[in-house]
Amino acid sequence: MKQVLNRIQFSSFFSLSLLLVLQLISFSTYSQEDATTEVAPAEEAADLGGDPVEGKKIFNVNCASCHALDRKMTGPALRNVEARLAEDEGLDKTWLSAWIRNSAGVIASGDAYANKIYNEYNQTAMTAFPTLSDIDIDNILAYTAAPAPAPKTAVVATGNGGGESGNGGVSNEIILGALALVFGLLVIMLFLVNNTLRKIAEANGVQVVKDAAEKRTPIWKAFAQNQFLIFCTVIVFLLGSAYFAYSWMSQIGIDQGYAPVQPIHYSHRIHAGVNKIECQYCHSSARVSKHSGIPALNVCMNCHKSIYEYKGPVDGPSADDLAAGYTNEFYTKEIKKLYKAVGWDEESQQYTGESQPVEWVRIHNLPDFAYFNHSQHVTVGKIECQTCHGPVEEMEVMYQYSPLTMGWCINCHRETEVQVADNAYYEKIHEELSKKYGVEKLTAAQMGGLECGKCHY
Amino acid sequence: MKQFVKIVFAILLVGSVTSCADKNSPNYQYMPNMYEGVGYETYAGVDNGLFPEGTEAMLPPANTISRNWLPFEYDNSPEGKELARAMSSPLDSLNTEENLAKGAELYAVYCAICHGNKGDGQGWLVKQEKILGVPSYDDVARNISVGSTYHTMYYGLNSMGSYAAQLSSEEELWQVAEYVMKLKGDLSK
Repeated sequence: MKQVLNRIQFSSFFSLSLLLVLQLISFSTYSQEDATTEVAPAEEAADLGGDPVEGKKIFNVNCASCHALDRKMTGPALRNVEARLAEDEGLDKTWLSAWIRNSAGVIASGDAYANKIYNEYNQTAMTAFPTLSDIDIDNILAYTAAPAPAPKTAVVATGNGGGESGNGGVSNEIILGALALVFGLLVIMLFLVNNTLRKIAEANGVQVVKDAAEKRTPIWKAFAQNQFLIFCTVIVFLLGSAYFAYSWMSQIGIDQGYAPVQPIHYSHRIHAGVNKIECQYCHSSARVSKHSGIPALNVCMNCHKSIYEYKGPVDGPSADDLAAGYTNEFYTKEIKKLYKAVGWDEESQQYTGESQPVEWVRIHNLPDFAYFNHSQHVTVGKIECQTCHGPVEEMEVMYQYSPLTMGWCINCHRETEVQVADNAYYEKIHEELSKKYGVEKLTAAQMGGLECGKCHY
Repeated sequence: MKQFVKIVFAILLVGSVTSCADKNSPNYQYMPNMYEGVGYETYAGVDNGLFPEGTEAMLPPANTISRNWLPFEYDNSPEGKELARAMSSPLDSLNTEENLAKGAELYAVYCAICHGNKGDGQGWLVKQEKILGVPSYDDVARNISVGSTYHTMYYGLNSMGSYAAQLSSEEELWQVAEYVMKLKGDLSK
C-alpha cells in the first residue's frame, strides 16, 4: 500500500513541475510576442511619410536591379538615403525626386554632388523614372528608412535547422546502440543457459558426449578421397571464377558513377532543380557544336553579379543538407571562390582583371576512337539531356549516370524512333526506307545509326 | 589452421582489388593510348610549355572575329545605345514567323528565367526573390526598340551580362530581339 501511495505522490509532483516548466516557457514566448508587437507600431509611427510595404514592391521592381539597401551594386547602397543626403550633403527630397525622375538632367545642370556620384560610379547613367509619382517616391524612401531586420531571422533559421539535424542523428544512434545491446544480452544469455543446462545434466549424472565425432572419418578427408566429387567441384569453381573474372573485366574502362571532387562545389540540384535554369542556359554550345561545353565564368556572373550569397530555402537548409555540411555559409563560400577565379571585386563592383581559370575535372569522357556530336542529338534528334545524363536536376554532386559503352549507344539507336515530323530533309529517305523495311516509323538504327563509320573513323 | 590463413588471405586479396573502385578517380582502361587522343583535347590542361596559360583553351588572337559575327558598329556606352536604338532588324521580313518561333525557343532558354515567359519581368528567379528589379518590356521610361534590345543583349546592361557568347550568331541575337519586341507588343495591348 505504501509503495503505491508513494508513486502517486511522485507522479503528481512530476506532473506539477512539468506544468510549471511549460508555463514558464509559454510565458517567455508571450513576452517575446509582446515585445515584437510593441516595436511594430513604433516603426510605423517613426516614418509617417510613406508606406514601407508599398515602397518595397516599387523598389523591387524598379530599383533593385542596380541598388541594394546595405550593399553597393551598380549603384550605391540606399539604406537611409534620405537622412544621409540631408545630413552629409544638405540635399533635400526635391533634389532626390529630381534625380530619380531625370538624373541626366541634374548632371547636365552642373550640380556638384550629382557629378561627383556619376563619376564615382564609372559614369553609369541611372535610368530615368519620370513615371514615379511623389507618393511612390515617398513610399520608396520610407522603405529605405526602415531598420534592418536581417540578423533576427538568421538566428531563428539556424536554430531550427540545428535542432532538427541533432534529433535525427541522436535517434539513429540510439536505435543502433539499443540493437547492439540487445544482441549482446542475447549472446550472454545463450552462454549462461548453456552452462546451467550442462551443470544440471552433470548433476543428474548424464555424461555429455563430446568426442563421438572424432571416431568418424573427417568430412574433408572423405571429400578428398572421392575423385568424382573433386572433379565436379573444380568445374563449378572454374566456371564461377570465369563468370566473376568476365564481369570484372567488362567493367574496365567504364566510369559509371564517377563523381570527382570539383574545384568549386557547383550544385546542379540548386541551379537546374530548385531554380529551374535550363541546361542549355549554361551549356549553350550543346545546341550548335560537338561539345556541350564547360560554361565560361562570365555565364556564372550573369546571375552571380546579383546573387552574392546563398540564402537557401525559406525554412532553412534541410536536415540532410546540414548532415552533409551543405550549410548556407558553405554555399556562400563557393560563390566567393567564383568571384576570386573571375576576378570580381565585391567592394568596388568591378572586375580587377586578375582571373585564374577554374580547373574543372572532366566526368564524361568518350574514348578517342568514338565520335559523338551533341548538336546532332540535342538539336536534330531532340533528345532530352536527362536521357543520357540522368536526373541532373537532383544531383548535388554531378556523376556519370550512363555507362557510355558501345552497347548502350547501340541499344538506344535501335529503340529510338527518328522524329521526322516537320523536317523536310528526311521526307524522301524516310519514305524509301520505310518501304524497304516495311515499317511505319523508322528507328535511328534503320536510318544507318548502326554503321561503323558513323561513329568510328 | 593453415587453410584458415589461406582463406583470410584470399578474402583480403579480393577486398583490396574491389576497394580500388573509388568514385573519386576514373576507372582503369585497357589500352590508354587508344582512349586518349594524340591531338589536344578541348579545354585540356597541357604542360608542355607551348601554351601561355597552360591550357589548350585560349582567347582568340587580337583583331580576329568569330564565324557568324561581324564587329558591332556601336560601342558599349549610353551614347552607343542611343545610336543603336534606331537600328532595324536585318532579318528577312518574309520569314517573320520562323524567326519568331526560333526566337521564342531561345528566349525560353536564356531570357525567361528572369524576364518571365511574357516579358513582364516576373521570371522564376524574380518570383523567388533571387534577382530583383527586372523591368517589364513595356516600361514607358525605357521604351525599348529592337535595336536597343540588340545592343543590351550584345553588351549587357548594369546587372545583366552580355549574352553574345551564349547565342551562336548575330542572327540568333536578332531573332531573340524580334521576339522581345513581339512580347512588348503583347504586353502593351
